[in-house]
Amino acid sequence: MIIYGVAFLAFCTLVGITVGELLGKLIGVPANVGGVGIAMMMLIFLGGYLQKRGYLNLKSEQGIEFWSAVYIPIVVAMAAQQNVYGALSGGPMAILAGVAAVVLAFVLVPVLDRMGQKKPEQQDDSEVSPLPKLPR
Amino acid sequence: MYDSILKVFSAYSLVAGFAIIGITMWLSYWLSDKLTHGRLHGSAIAILFGLLFAYIGGAYTGGSKGLVDIPLLSGIGILGGAMLRDFAIVATGYGVNVDELKRAGMVGVLALFVGIASSFVAGVGVAMAFGYTDSVSLTTIGTGAVTYIVGPVTGAAIGASSEVMALSIGAGLVKAILVMIATPFVAPYIGLNNPRSAVIFGGLIGTSSGVAGGLAATDPKLVPYGCLTAAFYTALGCLLGPSLLFLIMRGLMG
Repeated sequence: MIIYGVAFLAFCTLVGITVGELLGKLIGVPANVGGVGIAMMMLIFLGGYLQKRGYLNLKSEQGIEFWSAVYIPIVVAMAAQQNVYGALSGGPMAILAGVAAVVLAFVLVPVLDRMGQKKPEQQDDSEVSPLPKLPR
Repeated sequence: MYDSILKVFSAYSLVAGFAIIGITMWLSYWLSDKLTHGRLHGSAIAILFGLLFAYIGGAYTGGSKGLVDIPLLSGIGILGGAMLRDFAIVATGYGVNVDELKRAGMVGVLALFVGIASSFVAGVGVAMAFGYTDSVSLTTIGTGAVTYIVGPVTGAAIGASSEVMALSIGAGLVKAILVMIATPFVAPYIGLNNPRSAVIFGGLIGTSSGVAGGLAATDPKLVPYGCLTAAFYTALGCLLGPSLLFLIMRGLMG
């Protein structure tokens, strides 16, 4: 039944968020520590286990897949309630600080991506001599 | 007439939200097909519409919740609120490739720390350029550039002025919104097209609404990988902000 999948998803979400809250209390942080991530891990591993055992059939899976499929419309609804006006009326400093943080993070994505790779590609640029200084 | 419509829309707010967002999605995918021949994802256009509407809503009502402050459209608040958002994000985890996740695990943790540090440095740098010199204000604005939750949490803990707190929230909001808009355009240039880079992206950017929206507009298949790391970002920021980062700033600025 579809409700089994939805209920299983709800169970994982509630447990994950609760564990996240408890972790936050434990560390003394006023935020949820990885609740969504923990819930997702539960869904992946517990779901895989239940599926292998045959407890989660195709019909039940549809209950999870529906919510996965309406993810984008939900994100659009989320976008529609952002405080865009407030963000832009924060003045040039707030805007610049936000922009700088995003630009830096974007630039670092390929840097970290390359860093952890097991087989580093042979780079030829080390052979190239540095540019000569131009006379002023 | 308006009263009757308002009555129905507020009693059936979530249903109204489904209808309105559904129409927006249809329009966005139609525009994506006709104007850009699918080059710009329909989801990216829909998110842009959402943000544009949010701006109009905020300018019109003066509230802080974008379109949702218009009573007729309050159902969008339920549909896009934290509850259903998290519920749907968890659901996207079903069907995740566990091996990919394990392979990106360590670099994901590294990305979290690098992401918080780089955003903090960027925020502090801009605040310094604007003439702030005291460690409390600098730390608060810097942590605001981490996320709009870390900023005020840190500011409250170290005793920042409300004016600086507002700036710090503003910086975090700009970050989240810019990530939603820019990610689909930047993705090809930063190699954001596989689970591993999505895990890194989630850790580096971290602001959960930004990551959720940015990845949805780029490639929905990447969403769970990015959101998994991003789930730890705000908490780690709240942990480091008032402690390590503030101590560093106090050491540097005196």
